[in-house]
Amino acid sequence: MLRGKAFKFGDGISTDHIIPGRHAHLRSDLPELAKHVLEDADPTFVSRVGEGDFIVAGNNFGLGSSREHAPLVIKMAGVSAILVKSVARIFFRNAINLGLPVLVCDTDGIDDGDELEIDLSAGTVRDITSGQKLTSGKIPQVMLHILNAGGLIPYIKKHGDFKL
Amino acid sequence: MGKTLSEKILSAKSGNNAGAGDIVIASVDLSFVQDTTGPLTVIQFRESNLKKLASPERTAVFIDHAVPSPTRALSNDHLVLRQFADETGAIMSDVGEGVCHQLVAESLARPGDVIVASDSHTVTAGGLGAFATGMGSSDVAVAMGLGKTWFRVPESIQITVAGQFQRWVSAKDLILHLIGRLGADGATYKALEFGGDGIKEMTMSQRFTVANMAVEAGAKVGIFPSDEVTKAYLVDQGRGTDYQPVAPDAEAVYEQTIQIDLDTLEPIVARPHTVDNVALVRELKGTKIQQVLIGTCTNGRLDDLEIAAGILKSKKCHAGTRFIIAPASRQIYLDSLEKGYFRTLVEAGATILPPGCGPCLGLHQGALGDGEACLSTSNRNFKGRMGNPKAFVYLGSPATAAATALTGEITDPREVV
Repeated sequence: MLRGKAFKFGDGISTDHIIPGRHAHLRSDLPELAKHVLEDADPTFVSRVGEGDFIVAGNNFGLGSSREHAPLVIKMAGVSAILVKSVARIFFRNAINLGLPVLVCDTDGIDDGDELEIDLSAGTVRDITSGQKLTSGKIPQVMLHILNAGGLIPYIKKHGDFKL
Repeated sequence: MGKTLSEKILSAKSGNNAGAGDIVIASVDLSFVQDTTGPLTVIQFRESNLKKLASPERTAVFIDHAVPSPTRALSNDHLVLRQFADETGAIMSDVGEGVCHQLVAESLARPGDVIVASDSHTVTAGGLGAFATGMGSSDVAVAMGLGKTWFRVPESIQITVAGQFQRWVSAKDLILHLIGRLGADGATYKALEFGGDGIKEMTMSQRFTVANMAVEAGAKVGIFPSDEVTKAYLVDQGRGTDYQPVAPDAEAVYEQTIQIDLDTLEPIVARPHTVDNVALVRELKGTKIQQVLIGTCTNGRLDDLEIAAGILKSKKCHAGTRFIIAPASRQIYLDSLEKGYFRTLVEAGATILPPGCGPCLGLHQGALGDGEACLSTSNRNFKGRMGNPKAFVYLGSPATAAATALTGEITDPREVV
């Protein structure tokens, strides 16, 4: 069970919003890079987000680049899950590969600052502030295995191969 | 039931009778990284205990995003990549060779291949009939080590193209038009499969431009069947034996079919800050532009530079507009020198950058100032893309870019030639 506060974003948050190319020189210094997470969408986010909190957004979250640094800096900021109406393909794979859950659900009713409780195994979200309950879409079995292993690299370390 | 191009390739590479929605493990024919995502791939590769590359001769490392390196940190990233290539036997493409997707098209991609790489514009090789897609560093690290990866077989959207491009209308206008119709997430998880009589006349360069931007509608791949044009291109590149015919089955099932008539297309641009925010160029007449960029994996090829040189011959760029060119590869650079395009363009006021990604991703070179606008032939105009969240990026064709460099405002190329 995950519990934390919702940080609300709109539609079309791109990988350039999350971590723009102008910071590419910081990619080998991840703690420094992570200080810039989402700065072009909300410059105050990094100073306000706490351990276990959630990013809640609209459609097509994470569109754009294949940079795995995007979900990586979100995870480093303490975010424990991302809740979106829809997610871009590469970002979705990258987040799961890093052990960062992405739940697809109708996020319209969640307000910025709401307290949320998420049951990952049941795929349910409870908005404690509003009392609303949400169910998230199913993710493919292969991604669940990878997520449960803590990410793709721990999964491959353990199995040495894909076990479908 | 017949199969789409994606279903056929993934069936062949997974040894399964694969249909849309199935999860398959497919062999990977080519994997590669570039210098902004490669160092993390190297870390993940080592962490995963995959000690050897599955096939070093079909694994490549490209240094193209920050070339020549602007900072010490990026130079050190480049060292990591050179050392990795040295240790593993991967193909190494260093500073000055060009953009990974162009070099993959010229030298490595084959019709029917499965290609994965840690760059979203890996889809470019779909122009040759490859199932080519971008992934993150972890996925590519594992694909490099195991020689395979998992895919969800995509549903396909059939794009049926008819007619012929009108003068000064090009592949960039076609793909911007399509993205405008689909929306930036209209093809998420899906394949865009191109067909129809209209693609038969399209050059490989035009097909690469179209395939390159499939990801801007969210697509997993943008794929063309291979044909005589593909074959002639491969023969021209000295690798005619890499050709094989790939085509969808006649009874293939598509999620939907979109018809595009090239005869009716006009020059189009994508306005800030999303690629699907399209408008006709003539509707934006008068929009002031401080910088024009021609180049990148989308439109940095010889025919793009030929179009620009044709428009700017014996003319001067607008005094208030900086004009930057980044050829996509060393071969294109050399050919442009030989054909005189660079002389024409430099005389018109252009600055030529080394082959590479250049200003496209805002890492270095041509970063925009506050409030400035750029008309670029690249593929993304997201907020902050070209180095400054307070700047504005418009995307258009090489002809629109050259016409805009001439006047200093967004200009329909048909008005100046």
